[in-house]
Amino acid sequence: MTDNKYDLVVVGGGPAGLTAAIYAARRALKTLIVSMDIGGQMALANSIENYPGYDEIDGPTLGQKMLAQAEKSGAELVLGEVVGVEKKDNNFVLQLADGKQLETKTVIMAFGLTPRNLEVPGEKKLAGRGVAYCATCDGPLYKGKTVVVVGGGNSAMDAAEYLSKIVAKVYLLVRQPKLKGEDVLIQRVSKDPKVELMLEAVTKEIKGSSKVESLVYESKNEIKEIKVDGVFVEIGHIAKTDWVKDLLDLTELREIKINADCETNVPGIFAAGDISQIAYKQVVISAGEGAKAALQAYKYLQKGQASGPDWSK
Amino acid sequence: MALELNDQNFDQEIKKFEGVALVDFWASWCMPCKMQGPIIDQLAEELKDKSNIKIAKLNVEENQLKSQEFEIMSIPALKIFKNGKVVEDMVGMQSKTVLLEKINKQL
Repeated sequence: MTDNKYDLVVVGGGPAGLTAAIYAARRALKTLIVSMDIGGQMALANSIENYPGYDEIDGPTLGQKMLAQAEKSGAELVLGEVVGVEKKDNNFVLQLADGKQLETKTVIMAFGLTPRNLEVPGEKKLAGRGVAYCATCDGPLYKGKTVVVVGGGNSAMDAAEYLSKIVAKVYLLVRQPKLKGEDVLIQRVSKDPKVELMLEAVTKEIKGSSKVESLVYESKNEIKEIKVDGVFVEIGHIAKTDWVKDLLDLTELREIKINADCETNVPGIFAAGDISQIAYKQVVISAGEGAKAALQAYKYLQKGQASGPDWSK
Repeated sequence: MALELNDQNFDQEIKKFEGVALVDFWASWCMPCKMQGPIIDQLAEELKDKSNIKIAKLNVEENQLKSQEFEIMSIPALKIFKNGKVVEDMVGMQSKTVLLEKINKQL
């Protein structure tokens, strides 16, 4: 069953997707945003200080402003997850997780990157029960407790530093022989008396019956277990593009391949922001890419009207 | 607007309530909670005439007793109570549709 027919469906509600929707709706395209949240990764930022026009603004507020602007321009929003895409004549059919289908003439993929999971036993079962992916959201709930941060890059060090001000003790579990990232952060974390650095340690399992009780790791061929109340996973982000891979060309990092105008290999499908292979993952860049994708989608629809297919239906 | 709960009124408002209650556990530092909040308020507005449904929220920062009692370790956390007992447990931002479905399932 197809519920509705759109000129454009934007998959994702971060800066790329919301800007695309603003541009498309202002060109009078019937536009729908399908997203699992509002603001995407931007919405997790406490403070954004490099978005032009704002000295400082927090992520959720900027996200809400972009959404309000898109809706004012005429775009609609549905909170949901897209799990499949298929070509149907000159259109596309998007499959949603709740079973609904949407038909649209064009699609902009702008669903960003997803936090990488550890993929160890116990992680899924204890997610939200001690396993956390957002230190600034859940950190304050661990006042006086013992936590472990898994990861060795900037985001892991940021999390460790932030948590050390709240909790009793932070283990920083790093797979590599040393920390990688900004020197300032490395120095601060290394000197922090509450942070115990554990190098060349690979997480094997998270244990606990109803909540996290301990973490099992392997270091130099030895299996060890530490008692912790929380596990903060900070091992970067991945492109969750499995559901588009049959249709769209991907890079080695599984990001969607686009040309300079945000076109994918399939005419009518565009991509913008972090999910595409652009090098810089920044709010202002994603917003710009979203605008480009929307203008290109508009151009594509205009062309279609002039020649061959009848877009009036 | 959703009903504001605290450590003092929680038992009276939720545990002793004969009906279905949704509680959003949130805090001001939590960015996703700021996105969840308006959805909860919308829901409260839409369902305000139903006497057997209650839409409420608890600030975990200010009400540590209740957040410890329910072992809140990740927010936003949403729980649905039926006649005072937890029947649904959700972590992370939820859409209005999903919440409505889960509430209706308990009626």
